Amino acid sequence: MQTITIREALNQAIREELARDEKVFLMGEEVAAYQGAYKVTKGLLDEFGPKRVIDTPITELGFAGLGVGAAMVGLRPIVEFMTFNFSILATDQIINSAAKMLYMSGGQYKIPIVFRGPGGSAFQVSSQHSQAIESWYAYFPGIKVVMPSTAADAKGLLKSAIRDDDPVIFIEQERMYGNKGEVPDDPDFTIPLGVADIKREGKDVTIVARSLMVPLALKAAETLEQQGVSCEVIDPRTIRPLDIDTIVESVKKTNRVVLAEESHPFCGVNAEISTQIMERAFDYLDAPIKRVSGADVPMPYAKNLENLAVPNVDKIVAAVREVAYLD
Amino acid sequence: MSKQTAAPSSAAGAEEKSSAGVIDAPAEVDKKTLTRERDTAKAQQKSRLSGLDKETLVHLYRQMLLIRRFEEKAAEAYSAGKIGGFCHLYIGQEAVAVGALSAIRQDDYVLASYREHGHALAKGMSAESIMAELFGKATGCSKGKGGSMHMFDREVNLLGGHAIVGGQIPLATGTAFGSKYQGTDQVTLCFFGEAAVNQGAFHESLNMAQLWKLPCIYICENNQYGMGTSLERAMSLRDIAQKACAYEMASEFVDGMDVLAVREATQRAVERGRKDYLPTLLEVRTYRFMGHSMSDPGNYRTRAEIEKYQERDPIKLFSATLKEENISDDSELEQIDHEVREEVERAVRFADESPEPAPEELYTEIYANPIDPTRNRAQ
Repeated sequence: MQTITIREALNQAIREELARDEKVFLMGEEVAAYQGAYKVTKGLLDEFGPKRVIDTPITELGFAGLGVGAAMVGLRPIVEFMTFNFSILATDQIINSAAKMLYMSGGQYKIPIVFRGPGGSAFQVSSQHSQAIESWYAYFPGIKVVMPSTAADAKGLLKSAIRDDDPVIFIEQERMYGNKGEVPDDPDFTIPLGVADIKREGKDVTIVARSLMVPLALKAAETLEQQGVSCEVIDPRTIRPLDIDTIVESVKKTNRVVLAEESHPFCGVNAEISTQIMERAFDYLDAPIKRVSGADVPMPYAKNLENLAVPNVDKIVAAVREVAYLD
Repeated sequence: MSKQTAAPSSAAGAEEKSSAGVIDAPAEVDKKTLTRERDTAKAQQKSRLSGLDKETLVHLYRQMLLIRRFEEKAAEAYSAGKIGGFCHLYIGQEAVAVGALSAIRQDDYVLASYREHGHALAKGMSAESIMAELFGKATGCSKGKGGSMHMFDREVNLLGGHAIVGGQIPLATGTAFGSKYQGTDQVTLCFFGEAAVNQGAFHESLNMAQLWKLPCIYICENNQYGMGTSLERAMSLRDIAQKACAYEMASEFVDGMDVLAVREATQRAVERGRKDYLPTLLEVRTYRFMGHSMSDPGNYRTRAEIEKYQERDPIKLFSATLKEENISDDSELEQIDHEVREEVERAVRFADESPEPAPEELYTEIYANPIDPTRNRAQ
């Protein structure tokens, strides 16, 4: 076991997969000479050269589509968005080309591509650089959406995403790149896509959390333990396909659910999870499902307002106490 | 794409309507000018015959005629309710696909827009599989999941019809990137209409292609209308080939009504692509004789304009050249017409008799690697 940051874990995953398969290449803004805007791709240009680690112009629609075309003829591109905010420019190629190519070609053209980069809230960069848009991508059949919360998950899931034959949206959390965790040394360590992880076992309330919300949910669970409430924290890790079975099994045990996410509540992923719990475990619920979400506002700049917009430990604790009818 | 309303009762109906609703129509077309222009075009085409054997020339003729007859039949089937959705016909533009595709190998890549039946035929796909796709049948080239706008055939490297204007341009840049990355000498031909030139995707792609030296040949089929909006109303600089200057890319204007002109220009571009991994922009000036799609009567064009281009019909021009140069004669060309009509009839019968996709097909081919969480949890 090594203890490394999420940034280093992602770097290892990309390095190992570049070394493993000649068809894998990396492209994006500042990924090569600049070593990555967030240093995730540090050292890769030196090791693999400019043919396989490619700096692009600022042309998101263009290089996203170029990646999809390259995937149509057998390559396995990793396309970095400096942040997922900029992927919005590329959505035509991600949604209309990558997600639908296999289906509308009658199964002839698969698109093995990873679109990755940081997403979610960042620190005081205001509305256009600080937002969670996973629900957009998760909406579309044909795409897989992955959001790791630990260093080990980041490495194992990214390696699986690169080896996968479908388009994968891989959203890292900008605030979490420096978070450290234990990661197996084995270069063949992978984590399968589509499998939730129980980050903490408990019996009274289930908290479903992903990405930045996972460490917050775990802290909330510690606080609540001291208050006599045992929380189970489930991290779906893959948003689409969603491992709803693991969530439902937990709900059947605890009978109470809190869903935490950074994104806006309206049409968020947790709206979907909530519905699926209702459809599959309604009779097991002892309290209405409670969501903790980012504020339904564009992200503000001012520190105090930003703090109000992003969910925190206290909000999760309060939500758990509410579904447990403690207040 | 366009909002589909009602289909005209027949292909001829579409033209009648366009004549009835013409704008700025002069009382009479200047026949002398038309004849002079046609004769000039013919002289130029004849000057391009040298070095081409009869077999090649007749094959080009046959392919253009196959597309014409196929599209006429598609219009008929559309009006009869056999084909649904959108149906963008290629009639008038046949020389572009046929000329360009005659300049490449089968392992070269081709991507096109939603007006791609002609490219699919010219790339070597069977009329049966294309017609069956139009009919929404399981035997269609995309198993009935793509339809008119999404023809694909891996066997001949036809990588789609794409239905967002300009969407195929970055993709084609990517297939050219793939050729260079893998060290092959395959080139990519990317077809799009002139309206796509106003999309960001066009400019982003040409910039990358020249910057990274990618063997992509961008073929702009300038038929002068983006749906009902004329080029004059939509583009500030209308000499599209000139736009390549912005990227230091090689470019040419090409007469899209002359199959040999298109072939020659494409050959020059292909050589640049194969030898030096260099891209090219070709602006091929052509005309669609029909509306934008089957629901479009084409009221935004003048009768004079349509007649002018019908005088330049690429098939009529080429048949005249072949006959006047004693390469072929009426009986041979009639025989070819007979054969392609039979081929199209067979395609219609095949499509008609083919089964619909099985209901289970709704949920297949969404993912190449469908994930079963239960199975994965056990890992």
